[in-house]
Amino acid sequence: MSTAANPRQYVISIIFIGIASVIMLRLFFLQNFEAKYKILANEYAIYKKVVYPPRGAIIDRKGKTMLSNTLIFDLMVTPHNLPKNFDTMQFCKALGIDKRTYINIMRRVLERNIEVRQSPFMEQLSPEQYARFTENAYLFNGFEPIERNIRQYENASAGIVLGYIGEVSPEMLKRPRYVSYRQGDYAGLSGLELQYEEVLRGKRGVHFQERDKWNRPSGPYKGGVLDSQEVSGRSLDLYLDADLQAYAEQLMTNKIGSVVAIDPQTGGILCMVSSPTYDPNLLRGHDRAKNYSMLYHTPTRPLFNRAIQAKYPPGSTIKPFTGLVGLSVGAITPSYGYPCRGSYNACKRSIACEHKDAGHAANFRLALAHSCNAFFCHVFRLTVDYKDFNSVKEGLQTWHNYYNNFSFGRLTGVDIPFENGGEVPDSFLYNKMYHNSWNSCTIVFVGMGQGELLLTPLQMANGMCIIANKGYYFTPHFVKAIGKNENDSLLRKYHEKHVVLNIPDSTFNIVQQAMEDVVESGTGAGAKIEGITVCAKTGTAENKAPVNGEVIKMQNHSMFVAFAPREHPRIAIAVAIENAGFGATWAGPIASLLIEKYLRDSVSVKRKPLEEKMLKANLINKYVFTIDSALRAHDAAVYEARMERKYFADSIKRAEDSTLFLNWMENTIEIIRSSKKK
Amino acid sequence: MTSLRKALFYRIDGIVLLLYVILVAIGIMAVFSVEHRTTDVSIIMMNKTYMKQVVWFGYSLLLGFVILLTDSKFFSSFAFLIYTVALAVLLVTIFAGVDVKGSRSWLAVGSFRFQPGEIAKIFTALALAKFIALPETNFKTLKDRLLAIGISLAPAVLILLQKETGLALVYLCFFLVMYREGLPNAILVIGFSAIAIVLATLLLDRTTLFIIFTALALIIAWLIRHILRRRIMVRIILIGTWLFCILFSIFAVPFTFKHVLQKHHIERIYSTIGKEVPDEYDKGLVPGEEKKVNSSEYNVLQSKIAIGSGGFWGKGFLNGTSTKNQFVPEQNTDFIFCAIGEQFGFTGSSILVILYAILMLRIVYIAERQRSTFTRVYSYCVACILFFHFAVNISMTIGLMPVIGITLPFLSYGGSSLMAFSILIFILVRLDADRQTIIR
Repeated sequence: MSTAANPRQYVISIIFIGIASVIMLRLFFLQNFEAKYKILANEYAIYKKVVYPPRGAIIDRKGKTMLSNTLIFDLMVTPHNLPKNFDTMQFCKALGIDKRTYINIMRRVLERNIEVRQSPFMEQLSPEQYARFTENAYLFNGFEPIERNIRQYENASAGIVLGYIGEVSPEMLKRPRYVSYRQGDYAGLSGLELQYEEVLRGKRGVHFQERDKWNRPSGPYKGGVLDSQEVSGRSLDLYLDADLQAYAEQLMTNKIGSVVAIDPQTGGILCMVSSPTYDPNLLRGHDRAKNYSMLYHTPTRPLFNRAIQAKYPPGSTIKPFTGLVGLSVGAITPSYGYPCRGSYNACKRSIACEHKDAGHAANFRLALAHSCNAFFCHVFRLTVDYKDFNSVKEGLQTWHNYYNNFSFGRLTGVDIPFENGGEVPDSFLYNKMYHNSWNSCTIVFVGMGQGELLLTPLQMANGMCIIANKGYYFTPHFVKAIGKNENDSLLRKYHEKHVVLNIPDSTFNIVQQAMEDVVESGTGAGAKIEGITVCAKTGTAENKAPVNGEVIKMQNHSMFVAFAPREHPRIAIAVAIENAGFGATWAGPIASLLIEKYLRDSVSVKRKPLEEKMLKANLINKYVFTIDSALRAHDAAVYEARMERKYFADSIKRAEDSTLFLNWMENTIEIIRSSKKK
Repeated sequence: MTSLRKALFYRIDGIVLLLYVILVAIGIMAVFSVEHRTTDVSIIMMNKTYMKQVVWFGYSLLLGFVILLTDSKFFSSFAFLIYTVALAVLLVTIFAGVDVKGSRSWLAVGSFRFQPGEIAKIFTALALAKFIALPETNFKTLKDRLLAIGISLAPAVLILLQKETGLALVYLCFFLVMYREGLPNAILVIGFSAIAIVLATLLLDRTTLFIIFTALALIIAWLIRHILRRRIMVRIILIGTWLFCILFSIFAVPFTFKHVLQKHHIERIYSTIGKEVPDEYDKGLVPGEEKKVNSSEYNVLQSKIAIGSGGFWGKGFLNGTSTKNQFVPEQNTDFIFCAIGEQFGFTGSSILVILYAILMLRIVYIAERQRSTFTRVYSYCVACILFFHFAVNISMTIGLMPVIGITLPFLSYGGSSLMAFSILIFILVRLDADRQTIIR
């Protein structure tokens, strides 16, 4: 045994320390300078799961749910997890599909995705499919039903109001509004679903989950500290009355047209029908595209929201406003009368009037009650030619300004999208049409709601609100409260009172009195309801449609506008039925039935036969289909012609370019020849 | 008797035992962190690996207690006998072993399974110590040196036959012990040179290597030309070394790769140096095996991801996403270091490395304070076994070495491993307690 220290112990110690240092050095670089490992670790183990909250519900004025969510099940498959002895036959039997379908779907799944990833096998299992599947679920390893929320329209009504949702398209994703959306997300595509998308959608939650080597979730990442909780969509409370809406839709079956009813006190829309209606439940789930195409190609165009998009000549229903402007400007007084004898002949041509008896237009009240064409044509002329104005142009512009204030000829600002503003002619339009040579006679038809004047049913109903309120209105809107909050900032603009110029109450009183007479003793007697003072105006609007290249005069539109009760108006309504005839025959009774239903909650027994008649009436003319197919053919032809022109233009360019080549060839040959000669 | 026992208690080395307990505790905690789920109702669940490890630790302490109560002369007296029994058991294992992933290194007694190769290290260490400590042994003679090498490598050969290469390689660490006891310095030079040449062979083209060797030899010859002129022996050595290097790289290495190493060894070696396996070493597919991505490459990548993603401070206890979700293979056993690296980052893993270094240096210190050669040699054996396991295991998890299936001492889950290292440590502590007496 040596007493002196053996030097080799130091060699060995140095080797130990040396290797330990090398390891620490390597660890130092590995753990502090190689960021890729952190990224890779997260990529492998952390899974970002997006949780979609349920969309907000839509509730009617009485608390009835109109649109909510329902749970459905999609069947997902992970091909990798299928047991070796998978009983395909039994599986097919449980789902009620044949083997060929199974093979086809499986092939598609395998083509699109890798084996270990879960892919949809079948969307929206029917209840019995789901029941049969879950009974034998233990046999079908690898298949898993996944729950999903879809929209449920409770009454299958008000489709055009509520709208529908669908996958966002690539074009939508480019817009700033959809910046937080990703491909495959759902968003409202029309109606309230689109308008209040941000409210209804809620806030998406992001959950960071860990997953293991086999891609199975293994719990929240960092205990869920980084997760953002999803926030459910807020509900919408509507002014809409689901019962009234359903009743209106019922009354409008087999009629083309629309109904709009507004509460004048608030501007809240009580019902909005565009007939024919469709079952909104068709436009959800995996058949949406198919059904949409079906509805789109239906000749009566149920997807077209006539209440806000269709422009109708208002016909006689405009007469209260013609009178209102006339009275307000001072062109006439209430006692002004016109000696109508069945026609208006002041403008070189004869404009027919329904009444021939003397004195039916002896004053404003009588004229409106009898809807005298001559009187109102003349009042319109008197208005635009009024002595205060320097020219007819200035008169027309004043009139135009009044109408704009009534929200005619501009967007009302209703809270569903794709509204049409209608048309109210101004001097610019006539200057263009008549090359600056026109006078009040040229445009006299406007006074009786024909000619260039086109309004949407919503505008007509809003006009009624103005008369009912004696000079003001609130922007018509559906939503009363967002998430039970009536003062939400989104609703602020609907609480704003729009006052229509300075028309004194007395003028409105006269117009209201005259409109009351319409029902009591005039053209709208069919709309009379016992115990309720209804103010109304009928309308029978002449209209034209292009058929086979010709513009043909069609059967009149049946129009009706009203509000009730006069003392304390609670409902203002406009009904338009296309090509149905007199306003008093169809639109009037329907409007009055709706008023009664709304104010009294039921229709009196006495009026049941009328109701029956209205329900049974089929006012869809056969030629609607012809016109529609003609229109579609026309559109197709226009498109084809455009494409052909484009193709033609392109081919000309191509030909030009190819001549360049030919020229070059010729030149080259020429050069070669000349060189050979030399 | 009481006074003796009290004296024994004061004579045992507290630092080694403390480090031992700390490391085992870290190991149990690491296995726990990998296995624990937030959904677990209780920490004490007997079906979990970490609880089994706790039980093994209990057994180890019990055995350690028994060892401490044993007379220290017992170990030297029975060293050769137990060594012979161990060799016999290893021999039996070759034939009666349980087939685990192609190797037959496990022996099953009833439901109890253990790896004789792990335990045999202890007895080899004892036998080597005993042999060197024998009065008739003169370690300066070639015969005795060869005998010592034979004692060290005999179990390794048997373990190689069990196809457990990693375990067999551990026995190479006894060279370091023998170096301390008198093997020439050249053994280190030759050892490191061999590793360098193998690496060079794998990394470089053979012709390039040939040119480099020749150029090196010529440069050395020119530098020592005046010596060469006088001493013929130096000339022979130089030419011999040059020839050996050439032959080694051109014939020995390819031969080993083609005929000795198995497919997965070659894959692991090449994946460590970051190269594709050349066609000449590609052994093709084993029948019944599917073509897949090089799995050892995947293992090392996942291990590196786990450790690398830990960063400086680590992800925090129980937040190891890679280890918890079982991306790292064998993460309870061979790759347990990943759990530390991921959860405690550079700080934690450095502390662990330092703990190991302290333990090994402490054992070297203990070895050097012995009066008895037996205890000294045995202590060096323990230090070198620990060193080899520690260095190779951690190096393979961080991609410094090919994947060799050996455990991280005290940390890795596994009864055999923990037991073996516990016995090593407790015998060391027991022998050290009697350092004032000379044990033969």
